[in-house]
Amino acid sequence: MRTLTYGQALVEGLRELIESDERIHIMGQYFLGLTPQRALVGELAAQHPERFYYPPIAELGYVGVAIGAAMAGLRPIVDLATASFMFQAFAQITNEMANIHYMSGGQTKVPMVFHFNHGIRGGGAAQHSHSPQAMFWNTPGLEIMLPSTPYDVKGLLKTAASTDNPTAWGDHVKLFMIEGEVPEEDYSIPFGVADIKRKGSDVTIIATSLMVQRSLAAAKVLAAEGIDVEIVDPRTLVPLDEAAILKSVAKTGRLVVADECHRSCGVGAEFSAIVAEKAFGYLKAPIKRVVTEDVPIPFSPPMEAFVEPGEAKIIQAVREVVR
Amino acid sequence: MLPKVTSQEILQQLKSALLIRRFEEQLIKLASDRDIGHFHVYIGQEMTGVPALRLLEKGDLSFTTHRNHGHLLARGVPAKQMYAEILGKETGMMGGRGGTLHLCSMQHGFPTTSSAVGGATPLATGVAFAFKRLGQNRVSVCLFGDGALEEGSWHESINIAAMEKLPVIYLCENNSLEALGQKAGEYPSSTLAAVNLTDLVSPFGVPTIQVDGCDAGAVHEAMNEAVQRARTGGGATFIEARTVRWPGSRSIWPKLVTGETNLAAAWDASLISPEYEVWHVEQDAVLRFIREILAAGLMEPKAVLEMDQVIKAEMQAGIAYALASDYPAAEKALDLVFA
Repeated sequence: MRTLTYGQALVEGLRELIESDERIHIMGQYFLGLTPQRALVGELAAQHPERFYYPPIAELGYVGVAIGAAMAGLRPIVDLATASFMFQAFAQITNEMANIHYMSGGQTKVPMVFHFNHGIRGGGAAQHSHSPQAMFWNTPGLEIMLPSTPYDVKGLLKTAASTDNPTAWGDHVKLFMIEGEVPEEDYSIPFGVADIKRKGSDVTIIATSLMVQRSLAAAKVLAAEGIDVEIVDPRTLVPLDEAAILKSVAKTGRLVVADECHRSCGVGAEFSAIVAEKAFGYLKAPIKRVVTEDVPIPFSPPMEAFVEPGEAKIIQAVREVVR
Repeated sequence: MLPKVTSQEILQQLKSALLIRRFEEQLIKLASDRDIGHFHVYIGQEMTGVPALRLLEKGDLSFTTHRNHGHLLARGVPAKQMYAEILGKETGMMGGRGGTLHLCSMQHGFPTTSSAVGGATPLATGVAFAFKRLGQNRVSVCLFGDGALEEGSWHESINIAAMEKLPVIYLCENNSLEALGQKAGEYPSSTLAAVNLTDLVSPFGVPTIQVDGCDAGAVHEAMNEAVQRARTGGGATFIEARTVRWPGSRSIWPKLVTGETNLAAAWDASLISPEYEVWHVEQDAVLRFIREILAAGLMEPKAVLEMDQVIKAEMQAGIAYALASDYPAAEKALDLVFA
């Protein structure tokens, strides 16, 4: 099978959507941030100018415009660039987009996708490093996808663009250059189906987004120590494949959660709570969370590395739960 | 002045205005002996919403606010379904999930109703964006109060509408002109440095029209111009309809301070109580509309009262329907989060 970078797979997904469904319109062009691959998005926009909209720096306004457009027949895919900027649009996302189908009693659908680049990218400091997915998860009415590979980003994007619900789509900037196999033929990945990224028997790691890649790297180190790690990538938080998580924990009896949200009320906290409520009897050790510390993200490199959930912290956490 | 439309259309407008007035008077009475939650009424602004919204066609979409009852009734949403929704019943348009704050009906051109001030301005702009991109000759209308102009969403929306020349009409119903607002313990009134609301529009180059919102003819003319502009690719329009704040809407909870409207006061001044004389003689837009209809010889007083009787009976039947309707099964609260 051919190999693509994450960024290439992402843009190929956008291209196929634009070329196969005339209701797809793209708002914004920073899907690949400021990385070198961003030119791929520029090329696509140049080829389909009538399907792109370059909005003013008005996140609240243009996310609202996308919601309105979705209610009136388009299927907008909106890019908010850095996740931290979504706070400017928070009122439209949480109070309008997420509520419309429910409060209209099912009369009105909002088939749209909004994209954000989340996470600690290096030097982003407090206002360009957010991972807001826990906030979206606390907002009923949004589907949430967090791809971790080139194959997943393209396949999940296809599903996001075809459902009648609003989808929050978070990519980690540090994923854009990773390579992976992507088939030539058309495919999509259903929401709510976790992927076992590595099979193992000693300990389960539930990981999302970039943390899946870090967990895979950690698993190699741990394998050399004789610890066999299983990595469960839920791929979508909403809907969530609880069964896959519980099945893995039932098998290994040990759980480490790796996610880049802050510790308190983060995605990792929710995974931990689900397992504690529903699989407590299988646990042979307390659950460990490898997450971002509860501080704004500092700029200085050693401080940044200190608060982020890096590979070494995953290795350490696994060693502690199997001890 | 009366709108320049057929006499038949004038009578339809009166019917619609009376429907709104009677709907809300009965709602206030209904709320006097049960807790239906906080709600807002449109009394006094009928002659803005009715002539404006009757210019829309099927497929045109519109957005309203927490003060939405009048707008929905003007586009034909059945009163009984609205009462049912306001009472949280299964037979409401949204099966009780939205209530008065979010009354909407997609089939009548209201896709969603935001009760967050300024929530709908981007949405209406986006609907116009879709209409334009899809090449549909449709119009999007955003109705809001003067308070929405204090929100950032307003400035972001009109900038996009102006730059993209979108077929959207921003119809601002300014009911703050005489209101005393929070300082006097009343409902809030505008807090804007701008002298005229249209000052907030002119930098964007969008045409503005300022009208007396109690003058059905002036509203019709302004809205007609805006609709034509939108349908012919001319882009957005901002209309400021200067309405009055009904004395019963000054308090935080609506109160029927002027009583149930006695339509005969339109032709018999002796029926007007001195306490709210200014309201009855000068401000009440529905009484003013009736006086104009009578002066033009389009109806006799008797016919006005007959029309009113039919509407009053419909309201009683609507309330009875809503009261008799069942509440939704509680566990249905978990449905419809997703499509």
